[in-house]
Amino acid sequence: MYRIVHYINQFYAGIGGEDHADVGPAKMPQVPPVSKAFTAAFKGEAEVVATIYCGDSYFAENTDKALNEICELIKAENPDMVIAGPAFNAGRYGFAAGNVAAAVKAQLGIPTLTGMYEENPGTDYKSKTIIVPTKNSAAGMRDAVAKMAPLALKLAKGEELGPYYVEGYMYTGIRKNLFEEERGAKRAVDMMLKKLAGEPFITEFPMPNFDRVAPNPPVADITKAKIALCTSGGIVPKGNPDHIESSSASHYGKYDIEGVQYLTSETYQTAHGGYDPVYANADPNRVLPVDVMRDLEREGKIGSLHRYFYTTVGNGTAVANAKKFAAEYAQELKADGVDAVILTST
Amino acid sequence: MCTVTPISLTVGANRIVPTIAIPHPLGNPALDHDEEKKLRRRLVEKALKALQTPVDDQTIFE
Repeated sequence: MYRIVHYINQFYAGIGGEDHADVGPAKMPQVPPVSKAFTAAFKGEAEVVATIYCGDSYFAENTDKALNEICELIKAENPDMVIAGPAFNAGRYGFAAGNVAAAVKAQLGIPTLTGMYEENPGTDYKSKTIIVPTKNSAAGMRDAVAKMAPLALKLAKGEELGPYYVEGYMYTGIRKNLFEEERGAKRAVDMMLKKLAGEPFITEFPMPNFDRVAPNPPVADITKAKIALCTSGGIVPKGNPDHIESSSASHYGKYDIEGVQYLTSETYQTAHGGYDPVYANADPNRVLPVDVMRDLEREGKIGSLHRYFYTTVGNGTAVANAKKFAAEYAQELKADGVDAVILTST
Repeated sequence: MCTVTPISLTVGANRIVPTIAIPHPLGNPALDHDEEKKLRRRLVEKALKALQTPVDDQTIFE
């Protein structure tokens, strides 16, 4: 009989709603109905032996502390695997469930599984645990348990999961090498023949959707224009003070170049992990051309160089994030009266 | 301003200026500093030209 520990929030533990979201982690004296639902779905092969809960707000506001406490509580039960959630569309719960599942796997070496709606911010952890997509509310509990339980059992048994499209969990982005039955050339030609015949086919690699915008009218008088420099090449002040990641950037930086005539290797660097940084580190103007922009400003060829530049690392950064960063800082550029942007990329 | 212009087209940029190389889009370490800065200036001036040019659709300014 495999031992499962279940992590849930204060609501599913029956402690209370938002008014009790600040309770710290604890083990329940008895497993609650939601945990019993999993036990039933295991049909005698496994059992939820303990349920740990934590208030969603407590977790969000004391994440490291909560994770330590929760991992200690889970470790004490010696489980074969841990289930967190399902959190459906509840953002803080998804954040907590994703975090707990990731931490237990990384720190305790115990396999984990969680479930949530595809738009839940907790899906950020999909590469660090296994996340099963669920409906967007607790009305989807039966469906969620039915999908999560068989995978949980496989994990408890130490079985390897197949690819996401076979097993039904969210794409993790983790690459595993496998041997296909048919060689790539044949699969590509088969796919092409289907496409030419107008028959349905399944792509092996879905492309993200990019959208189009109408081009803006040209700048009327460039000699009066305030121009801002932006980059996805990861140019940051030396030391990368805001720790922009070398891949899959989670944020962008805004830096003041008031009075800076040109970038140097002592004062700036690149944070980007997707290209050979040697040249950008030796002379960061090669990615963010501050030196030339200052010359043009001095000569009156442009109105002015905006005092802030915006930077992030484009390497592996999610389209959705890139879009979010720009939507946010575009508002600042507009408010600051910037007329045009030169965006450099690597 | 980017080196792999097909990517700029895919992501929907409307005014695109091709640059030198991925690790040094606005530079060329094979040149001496003055030559390199002149090259950089030419590229940026092309970008300024692009900003002053009306376009109906995605346009690469070679």
